[in-house]
Amino acid sequence: MLLELKDICRNYGTGQAVVVALKNACLQVNEGDYIAIMGPSGSGKTTLMNVLGCLDKADSGTYILDGIDISAMNDNELSDVRLHKIGFVFQTFQLLAGETALDNVALPLIYAGVKKEEREKRAAEALEKVGLGERLSFYPSQLSGGQKQRVAIARAMINNPRILLADEPTGALDQASGRQVMELFRKLNEEGTTVIMITHDANVAKNAEKVMYIVDGELSDHFGGDVHEQ
Amino acid sequence: MIENIRLSFRGILSHKMRSFLTMLGIIIGIAAIIAIVSTIQGTNEQIQKNLIGSGVNNVRISLNQGDWEYDYSSGIPDGIVPVTDEQLADLRKIRHAENVSLYHQRQDYDGVYHAATSLSGGYVMGIDTSYLDAAGLQIRSGRGISSEDLLHFRKVCLLDTDSSNSLFQGEDPLNQTIEIRGEPFVIVGTVGDKESFQPLIKTMTDYYTYSGEKSGKVYIPSTCWPVLYQYDEPEYVVIRADKTENMTAIGKDAESILNQNISGDYTYKAQNLMEQAKQIQQLSQSTNTMLIWIAAISLLVGGIGVMNIMLVSFTERTSEIGLKKAIGAPKKAILIQFLTEAVVLTSLGGILGVITGIILAYLISNLNGTPVAISVPASVFAVAFSMAIGIVFGILPSYKAANLDPIEALRRE
Repeated sequence: MLLELKDICRNYGTGQAVVVALKNACLQVNEGDYIAIMGPSGSGKTTLMNVLGCLDKADSGTYILDGIDISAMNDNELSDVRLHKIGFVFQTFQLLAGETALDNVALPLIYAGVKKEEREKRAAEALEKVGLGERLSFYPSQLSGGQKQRVAIARAMINNPRILLADEPTGALDQASGRQVMELFRKLNEEGTTVIMITHDANVAKNAEKVMYIVDGELSDHFGGDVHEQ
Repeated sequence: MIENIRLSFRGILSHKMRSFLTMLGIIIGIAAIIAIVSTIQGTNEQIQKNLIGSGVNNVRISLNQGDWEYDYSSGIPDGIVPVTDEQLADLRKIRHAENVSLYHQRQDYDGVYHAATSLSGGYVMGIDTSYLDAAGLQIRSGRGISSEDLLHFRKVCLLDTDSSNSLFQGEDPLNQTIEIRGEPFVIVGTVGDKESFQPLIKTMTDYYTYSGEKSGKVYIPSTCWPVLYQYDEPEYVVIRADKTENMTAIGKDAESILNQNISGDYTYKAQNLMEQAKQIQQLSQSTNTMLIWIAAISLLVGGIGVMNIMLVSFTERTSEIGLKKAIGAPKKAILIQFLTEAVVLTSLGGILGVITGIILAYLISNLNGTPVAISVPASVFAVAFSMAIGIVFGILPSYKAANLDPIEALRRE
């Protein structure tokens, strides 16, 4: 098993104003899985994503990733886990506007301590793979939304992570670009990458092998009565 | 690290206006300090040059009665004897002394004539072959005093530029005869200060000091001295130091050698030009120290400006920081990135400030006529100091950036 969440709870705020974001969430992911997690806004999707991505720590419960207990780690160890084991794809791409596509993709390699030539070589290969081999020196402002998201995917994959975490990857894209991104996810999954995708769009979720639902912080693998497809 | 510096430069260049305004405080502060320091240094060098003469560096030691230089025209005091051979040998052994010469000197108000022209207030100097070199003088025409002149008591003499001008009014004095105390002396040469000596007279005090020196000198072989004046008259000593800095020490050493066998009211004293120069320098320095403090305040303000801009730029770049943390940048990397940016920014400001300061110093010197000496250590220090400002005022924003919560940062768009 690649990843296991056991009874994860996460609350925000204190006293009367406590907001429960995750309630005893359990999740098991095997290597090579392609999972979509669906839920309406405010259901705890993003919190789940943050916990899975080691950006946030659970208040209770255990999180085992790749055989390591994440719950007990400090800040520096967590950033190391993010660097080597997790690739992020965001709804809003989160590319650095002042850097070329190549430099954006190469960014995580700087923190991994890879030398400049090696970084550029690997970043160029990664961009080639997402079909942007011709646009290495383009700035984000010169790229379309779909192209930007593909740059972001190349960046997420550059360190060969164990999981690709995507938060509404098609949320800011038109349908055609969205399909291209889904196509890319499918291809990456076929090559063995584990993908966890958060979305509120059932059409997008269909691309995954398995769909899970989150409602009011509770995660389940069947569709609850009060969640409506959008 | 190089990567960080490169990124900082890119960041600075992509916000040219903002970066420039940030640096402005540092630029002005550093420029003011460099301009002030350069002007002080220039003035100091000028003072030193005026009083001591660059490249001359000679220390003169004379007998003093109380606080006043003793005038041998009123007779030789009891117990004061000429400098002994042992003393001379000791004088020659003083460290950093390049040449030592003994000489006689007399201000002879009415003793030197060419026809009916008198060299009033001029000095007669009894010298040997070593004097010109020790005193930093150059032969301008003819020859110097030779050992034959000394050996055969030849009545020959040298004039300096001032005495030659007073006695001959531009006429060539060579081979002419003048009278000193009624004795005829043939002029065999003229001497002058080394060319590097360029006095600058700015105040009335300067004028009096300098004009006292300018009343003209006539140099005769020291062996002729007793013929004109008196036997066994003690000599003055002139020592040429290798460096200006060593003049004070040489003067002290020479005093202690010469004062070994005299007592009472009389002492040998070195004419301490170095000390005088220092006193004047201190005077100008203390006024300028205040100016430096004022400039330092502007540097402080500049530093606060840097901190402000860093804080602004950090708010602007929250999502960048959030992303970097999300993809695995450790705290340290973010801290170093921001700190490098601050240091690069302030160092750049420092370098620009040094350049501006140098330009400013030359402008001031053009307006005021004060000399400029660009101080390399001060410039290096200024740049190092602005780097330090970058670190001090960059640490707070950088620390804030490094500790940013990535979730919070990514949420803000």
